[in-house]
Amino acid sequence: MTELVDVVLGGTFHAAVLFLVAAGLQLVFGVQKIVNLACGSFYALGAYFGITAVGLAIKLGMPPVLFLPVLVVAGLVIGLVGLPIERVLRTIYRRDESYQLLITFGFLLMFQDVFRYLWGATPRTMDNVYLAYGSAQFLGVRVPTYNLLVIAASLAIAVGLGLFLERTKIGRIVRATAENRDMAEGLGVNASKIFALVFTVGCMLGTVGGALVVPSSAASLDMAVELVVESFAVVVIGGLGSMRGALVGALVVGLMRAAAISLVPEMEMLSVYLVVVLVLIVRPAGLFGKAAA
Amino acid sequence: MSNQSIDIGSETVVRRTVLRPNGLRVLLGLTVIMALLPFIASPYVLLLMLPFIGYSIALLGFNLLFGNTGLLSFGHALFLGVGAYTAAALTSKFGVLSFELLLLVATLMSALVSLVVGALCVRYTRIFFGMLTLAFGMLFHSFLFKFYYITGGDQGMRVLRPLLLGMEWRGGKTAFLTGPFYYYALLLFALLGLVMWRITQSPFGLHLRAIRENAGKAAYVGVQIFRMRLAAFVISAVYGGIGGTILAVTTGLADPELAYWTHSGNLVFMAVLGGSGTFAGPAIGALVFVVLQDFVMSITQYWRFVMGAVLVLLVVFMPQGLSGTVEALVNRRQGGR
Repeated sequence: MTELVDVVLGGTFHAAVLFLVAAGLQLVFGVQKIVNLACGSFYALGAYFGITAVGLAIKLGMPPVLFLPVLVVAGLVIGLVGLPIERVLRTIYRRDESYQLLITFGFLLMFQDVFRYLWGATPRTMDNVYLAYGSAQFLGVRVPTYNLLVIAASLAIAVGLGLFLERTKIGRIVRATAENRDMAEGLGVNASKIFALVFTVGCMLGTVGGALVVPSSAASLDMAVELVVESFAVVVIGGLGSMRGALVGALVVGLMRAAAISLVPEMEMLSVYLVVVLVLIVRPAGLFGKAAA
Repeated sequence: MSNQSIDIGSETVVRRTVLRPNGLRVLLGLTVIMALLPFIASPYVLLLMLPFIGYSIALLGFNLLFGNTGLLSFGHALFLGVGAYTAAALTSKFGVLSFELLLLVATLMSALVSLVVGALCVRYTRIFFGMLTLAFGMLFHSFLFKFYYITGGDQGMRVLRPLLLGMEWRGGKTAFLTGPFYYYALLLFALLGLVMWRITQSPFGLHLRAIRENAGKAAYVGVQIFRMRLAAFVISAVYGGIGGTILAVTTGLADPELAYWTHSGNLVFMAVLGGSGTFAGPAIGALVFVVLQDFVMSITQYWRFVMGAVLVLLVVFMPQGLSGTVEALVNRRQGGR
């Protein structure tokens, strides 16, 4: 029983972070129709920058208890790199998908060396703050309170994003632009601005996700390329372009991985891909996707 | 510039009538130059050319799928991995050293794997196809990575020196690779290039291009879309497997990185660098990629940044790749647009 709770909690924590990155991927795909291979780089960027930001804040005399808000702010701030990247992407919006995929692959390669240059090749960890909030008893299992806070934060972001897209005026404009860019422009929407906004928000989702995960694990050069395939699994399972799909897909992948790690460690990622293949055979468009092209 | 790139469809039509007779010639010309290379170049350069040959073969297949059929696989490294691990398993576990047998088994294995993977993947096109192939590539990678007792995990598996034409070759590793193996691989490259040329020129190749241009219309006039796509997938996988075998013998090692998705990305990079709209373009791309990467690695440890920047600039400014750009320049000089 305790083992089950352990798996569920660990899986949900992972899913919470995975959801943020996948949501960014979905948002950008939904509006700009670009599959952003660099989403993993944003995640890693958030993680590295989070370490630096918290280190700096503590050096300036901030109590360690405040590190969670610092991480969120750090993630939001560094997420602004989305703006200049979007400027470059703008040149290829009307090209073939293969070019769009490739250009984000180019960004991924570039980011790898930016990380290596700024933060070095050895994995970086954040010391002494992970347990600053202590730990909680949950159905007979001790979990770091931080994990629960991250799950809550991720849920809050999910709800906030949903409300933003469904209820606000800008959200409605974003959805209209996603549906039909030319039509939206014809009605007076400045699609360039919307694209810049959406890409930056998508980028911030990734960087905040990375910043939130880093207290519990290390920031390493591999995390970017590894996360890309995981969030792809999420997106394929949930259905490309669907936010609800991202949520469910993240839970499936997170729980699946956690279960595999405790039962058959060799199957850690294999199990995830097997689910991906299974979903594709049974429901080709993903659980919440529109029909595949 | 922007108008040109939007208008890809009509440009490719022009190119095809102009350049089609030349694709094979470029490839054979390349082969001749490569065959003369051992007389002037250092062993270092020759060792660099072996991965190029391996990648070129893989890319010839890749481009049947990408350039001709319009399916972008982001998991093609899977088949390089299949070829490499076939060579590794046969030489170091089963004691099979005949290179011909290695090639044969690698062909069969890649065909087998690609039949299964392809049957699931080719039902989709565009981005969905790319993501699915990526997922399968990673499925294979995580198998290679995690099942230590079968695959050696991240250590990989050793690939022993094979016998060529049943003969054992004396001399050091470099002498073997830059001598007999170099020519063997080159011959293979020329042969497979010829075969691929025949394939693209055949009615089958025409079917593939018809599918790329308009699948609905092709189906209407009786092209069996699923079968044709699957056939293209299997053929491209076989080329990938053979390329992987050559790569593995060259490095003497089959490791999981071969099947990693970034390696697939590199393959796409090479194809677009050379120009996927032409027959010989991807091979040129492989050459430039291998040489460029070697050069950049020799001057800075941050070579990924440089390669990534090259890729970004390439996509933005030269989407037709090197061969497409050269061709456009030639066209302009001849005043024939």
